[in-house]
Amino acid sequence: MKYVQLVLANLGRHKLRSILTIASVALALFLFASLRSVTTTMAAAAQFGGARRLVTLNATGLVFPLPLAYGNRIKAMPGVTGLSWANWFGGRYGDGKNFFANFAVDAESYLALYPEIVMPADQKQAFLQDRTGAIIGDRLISQFGWKLGQNVTLQGTIFQGDWTFKIDGVYHPTDPAIGDNVLIFHHDYFDERIGRAGIAGWYIVEIDDPAHAPQIAKAIDDLFRNSSSPTKTGTEREFQATFATMWGNVSFLMSTIGLAVVFAILLVTANAMMMSARERTGEIAVLKTVGFSDRLLFTLVMVEAGALALTGAAIGLGGATLLYPAIKFNGAGFLPGFKVATSTLIIGALVALGLMLASGLVPALRAARLPIVQALRKVE
Amino acid sequence: MALVEIRDVDKSFQRDTQRIDVFTGLTLDIDAGSFTALMGPSGSGKSTLLNLIAGLDKPTRGTVRVGGAEVSAMSPGQLAAWRSSNIGFVFQSFNLLPVLTAYQNVELPLLLTRLSGRERNERVKIALDVVGLADRADHYPRQLSGGQEQRTAIARAIVADPTVMLLDEPTGQLDAKSSQEVLTLLQRLNNEFNKTIIIVTHDAHAAERAKTILHLEKGDLIEKPRVAAAAR
Repeated sequence: MKYVQLVLANLGRHKLRSILTIASVALALFLFASLRSVTTTMAAAAQFGGARRLVTLNATGLVFPLPLAYGNRIKAMPGVTGLSWANWFGGRYGDGKNFFANFAVDAESYLALYPEIVMPADQKQAFLQDRTGAIIGDRLISQFGWKLGQNVTLQGTIFQGDWTFKIDGVYHPTDPAIGDNVLIFHHDYFDERIGRAGIAGWYIVEIDDPAHAPQIAKAIDDLFRNSSSPTKTGTEREFQATFATMWGNVSFLMSTIGLAVVFAILLVTANAMMMSARERTGEIAVLKTVGFSDRLLFTLVMVEAGALALTGAAIGLGGATLLYPAIKFNGAGFLPGFKVATSTLIIGALVALGLMLASGLVPALRAARLPIVQALRKVE
Repeated sequence: MALVEIRDVDKSFQRDTQRIDVFTGLTLDIDAGSFTALMGPSGSGKSTLLNLIAGLDKPTRGTVRVGGAEVSAMSPGQLAAWRSSNIGFVFQSFNLLPVLTAYQNVELPLLLTRLSGRERNERVKIALDVVGLADRADHYPRQLSGGQEQRTAIARAIVADPTVMLLDEPTGQLDAKSSQEVLTLLQRLNNEFNKTIIIVTHDAHAAERAKTILHLEKGDLIEKPRVAAAAR
């Protein structure tokens, strides 16, 4: 403890440089934590979803619809206990800067399959009876200042025109996979407006036992294998995972960028530490003359490097950990339950330790090995 | 027995392909409680001799003993520990740490001891009081005059109560008035506190404050120790 003052005094020697170094480390680790959290959140999202729900898509891809007529045939299959369908709408609100997911669903069957969507019974009833009504996640209330009963107008991007919905209900999801910034409206109204009834974006299939999921999924796909729209059926978790794998290369890119940023900052920090140690060659020689041992000087320089790296890490990692929950960030609904995972904090702390070693080791060794007489000759 | 015993010491440096002999067979005794001035032209080996006594450098051959300890045989780790309690070193250019106050600079050698914070505080205050800078404890080196900086450096040198004080051109960067103050302080430390002092100087007036003057020329001790006029 008695050396703390000496370490702090050295760090305060060039306050601006120390602050900038700490800020660089903090920013690097904040970015690292943020970018890695995208990957970990997507991976975690793939674990969400009901185990008793399957999702049936067009085998060609998510954007291709399926005939609504498939619904009755799927519902009649052994092991299937419920069915609903939905369609991606992709409407935009206002200037579109605040994107949120919105889609049309067969309301009654959809809400029956998703008990995770929780709202007052009277609001649910009002929505079911209102053909142009919608329900929204509670985040949209705080995000846009909307009120229950208010009309909101979305601009269709895939399906053109202004679409006005009355907010009949506000739900709170008990599963982050559902998303709390989603607008859900009636498929009937959707069909009516686009004048193309009889299609579904995807089916949600409730089954009697999660253990039967592979057989039922195969049976559904076999049923439509030779039709004009073959299907691809999987569990809801697989459906979430599909989204995650769609981001696969982006995840790799993010990890790579994160590491590159950390590496770049490492060079900056190492340079600052080495510069600091070089400037103090004379002082280090004086401390040796006073009786400071090589080992003690090595430790003091490493502690300085550690103070910079760990302070920066605490600010960067702590900032990321506190910031995202505080602003309820969920990547416009694509990253439900976004948070900095413990594994990210551990890796971040290890990176900070690595940074301390990499930036402190060379100047610390240089200080420890400094020949006193030659160094004094330079300053005297 | 002498406090500092230098026996048959050779010291040479290698500069490129050339070998430079600073001392050859140097033998010297310096008694406890003495005040010795080392004089001589540049390159005569004065500072090298000081460095050998302080254990900052090693002789090529021969032995250096201070207070019975064979300095020339110690490892770097042993030397650091030994220096912290036995040597008080003062430089020509003061060499105070600019980021520390006068108090903190003086406290540095005590950080290496097992003294408590309270004990360190007492000793630092006494050292600053001895050099007449008790009221400048919170000042940074840039806020002190050259003379005050050097007196702070002397306080740092005496705070751990070392066996011997070594001063390399302590008045070299000071004006006449500050030089006199520092030299008077050194005399006081020698007379009142019985500190063993060895200074290297070019300045004959400074040397006259010492009890013994040694002349070094081209590495040879060409004049026997004698009592300086000022001390007679």
